[in-house]
Amino acid sequence: METIWFFILTTMLGIYVVLDGFDFGAGILHLFVARDEEERMLIQRSIGPFWDGNEVWLIASGGIVFFAFPLLYAVAFSGFYLPLIFLLWLLILRGVSLELRNHLNSSLWKSFFGKGFGIASLLMALILGAALGNLVRGVNFGGVVDGVSHYESQYFFTTLWTNFQPGENPGVLDWFTVLMGLIGVVTLTIHGANWVLLKSDGPFRRHLAEKARLAWMAAWPLIGLSIWAAADIRPELLDRFNNNVLLYFLPLSALAGFAALPYFQKRGQDLLAFLGSSWFILGMLLSTALALFPVMLPSSNHINPGITIYDAATSHYGLAIGLRWWIFGIILVIAYFIIQHRIFSGKIASDEDIYGEH
Amino acid sequence: MEDALLYGRLQFAFTITFHYLFPQLTMGLALVIVILKTMALRSGNPVYNNAARFWGKIFAINFVMGVVTGIPMEFQFGTNWAKFSEIAGGVVGQTLAMEGMFSFFLESSFLGLFLFGEKRLGPRLHWLAAFCVFAGSWLSGYFIVVTHAWMQNPVGYEILADGRIVLEQFSALFTNPWATWEYLHTMVGAVITASFVIAGTGAFYLLRETHQPYGELFVRLGVMIGVVATILAAFPTGDGQAKNLAKYQPITFAAMEGIFETERGAPIALIGQPNMQTRTLDNPIFVPKLLSFLTYASFDAEVKGLNDFPEENWPSNIPGLYYSYHIMAGLGSIFIGVMLLAAFLLFREKLYTTRWLLWTLMLMIPLPYIANTAGWYTAELGRQPWLIYNVMRTVDGISANVSGGNALFTLIGFVAIYFLLGVLFLVLVGREIHHGPEGNGAH
Repeated sequence: METIWFFILTTMLGIYVVLDGFDFGAGILHLFVARDEEERMLIQRSIGPFWDGNEVWLIASGGIVFFAFPLLYAVAFSGFYLPLIFLLWLLILRGVSLELRNHLNSSLWKSFFGKGFGIASLLMALILGAALGNLVRGVNFGGVVDGVSHYESQYFFTTLWTNFQPGENPGVLDWFTVLMGLIGVVTLTIHGANWVLLKSDGPFRRHLAEKARLAWMAAWPLIGLSIWAAADIRPELLDRFNNNVLLYFLPLSALAGFAALPYFQKRGQDLLAFLGSSWFILGMLLSTALALFPVMLPSSNHINPGITIYDAATSHYGLAIGLRWWIFGIILVIAYFIIQHRIFSGKIASDEDIYGEH
Repeated sequence: MEDALLYGRLQFAFTITFHYLFPQLTMGLALVIVILKTMALRSGNPVYNNAARFWGKIFAINFVMGVVTGIPMEFQFGTNWAKFSEIAGGVVGQTLAMEGMFSFFLESSFLGLFLFGEKRLGPRLHWLAAFCVFAGSWLSGYFIVVTHAWMQNPVGYEILADGRIVLEQFSALFTNPWATWEYLHTMVGAVITASFVIAGTGAFYLLRETHQPYGELFVRLGVMIGVVATILAAFPTGDGQAKNLAKYQPITFAAMEGIFETERGAPIALIGQPNMQTRTLDNPIFVPKLLSFLTYASFDAEVKGLNDFPEENWPSNIPGLYYSYHIMAGLGSIFIGVMLLAAFLLFREKLYTTRWLLWTLMLMIPLPYIANTAGWYTAELGRQPWLIYNVMRTVDGISANVSGGNALFTLIGFVAIYFLLGVLFLVLVGREIHHGPEGNGAH
């Protein structure tokens, strides 16, 4: 039962990153790639009806952690106190900027909230990447200094940085997590471009595809470096894959999806390109979860162990009853999702009814 | 540790107070929009559809504010109240997760369709989108109230040997006698806010002699909804809440009413200041025997006073609790009076020209916000010193690993950001109201 919930949770979080990820990518493109107001509006209209619903996947995943794995919810949210609050503030900035930008027809107002939307999206992509880095690297459970715990063994508190090394007492940011953050930015930029291409037509497409191609080339060395670094910092990550070679299919197919992007783009297969970057994100996240399982958050010291799904889960009764309503709920969610995307299917970015200006 | 508790409580109180300014209008306005869309469908009169579109725009600004300030609420259980989450997450998380799955997805998917899809959907499906937004927002309120009701009156749980609280009976969460009255009372409060916002906006147009047909429509609609909702707030929902308090939280009930000594035929205090030194109510104005009657339907029934309960279980801020309750109840009574008078003049067809009452309606827009906030303060201050009533104290729920300095840092950040959000909201909604419902095209 714990296992089922672990994979439900990681899948929901993965879907969140795929869906809100293209919003963040769109924000980054809004900041760096769009050259004039028309292009900025194309980007903005392409995510207009969706971003809010995408953000709900984060809220819903948070709710699942809260009820299914209360210990993890308590420990991780308080331990990553500052970065989490920053994330909340960025989500405020992003949502407000995106919705309020078109309420005043003033170039100063628009440029201010346009920048707000872009910068918040950029930092969110960085934070999501760095968060994954932190989950892989682990945290200093018990706040161990010189072999002595300073908190209850299950709790920790991470400062933003220590010495930028992924050692025993790392900060939120070290070279590894920053690297992961950069991968987050580059990946979501490409992913966002795939979404905007799917939703727009006109001359902007060429410019966008060119920039996406550049980001794609920049991504490979970063990805290679991160895989090497992850295997160096936490060699046991590969154990599960080496024990069952078939499992390598998951990360390799994800990488294949990413490798095929220029091919899809060249042939104008927007949907396949978008699905390719989506599968890359989801597949890599699921591979990470599979590598860590049953650990949910590893420890960076040798005194206190990390948290596993069995430590963190609530009672079996709670998990079982939760599964019943969750299945009912997810069917509804899929139905809404299909309705929403059918009605707003096609090249909606040129539809001026989406975000009519005043 | 002391500091962390203080700042953690202040941060939660501040962020939830600010947050709830928005959902109350979201929930109330969602109902009004469904009513307007229904009138538009049935009459075909474009005034109703324009009105729905106009309130839809204000709804959208309000909704975004509610969303962005709402996410920090869920996350703060983990960041600042880790011990509470660890111990009780298996129960309170259950209903919060259900809120995400059953109401937020519904609400957000169909809000996108409602705001951006009017042309693509056609009038009937657009009505359905509005209805789904309404259903989503009211369902969201339901799950929040069920969660809150469990903290006020915990049911259906068991405490394991290691101290964790886990669910024992799922259905008990929803049949909790506390939840039903609290939900109805909260929803009626939200409708009251919307009714005053609409009537007040209409009054503004009539006084300024612009957008005349919309002014009349908004005043008429606001007053008709308001007169029903303000009465429902007092009876039966407020009455039901008070009886629940007397039954399940008699200490809180005594503190709210300012009763120190147990007595038969207890009077109700309309006004007065609790004096904690002398344990009396200073300068009271009493209505004899009324409290006994309202609570137990008998003028001679006994009402327990604070002195009969151990002091360590008294609510930690009795004057604050007493004032919150009296502000809510006092404003609620004024609302009934004003709405009844306005309805009477509406019936006599004199309301649209009675300028002093239009002024009153316009100036009263902030008051239901204050009343709703005071109501929640009554519930929250009344539960103290407990986080989960009679099960877990607030002091035991805090994150021990988050220092006071970190908590103060984020508290200051929230205050600054929310101040800016508040200014933005007022400017933008003010602009929309100034623009008026006409001539905005198919937006």
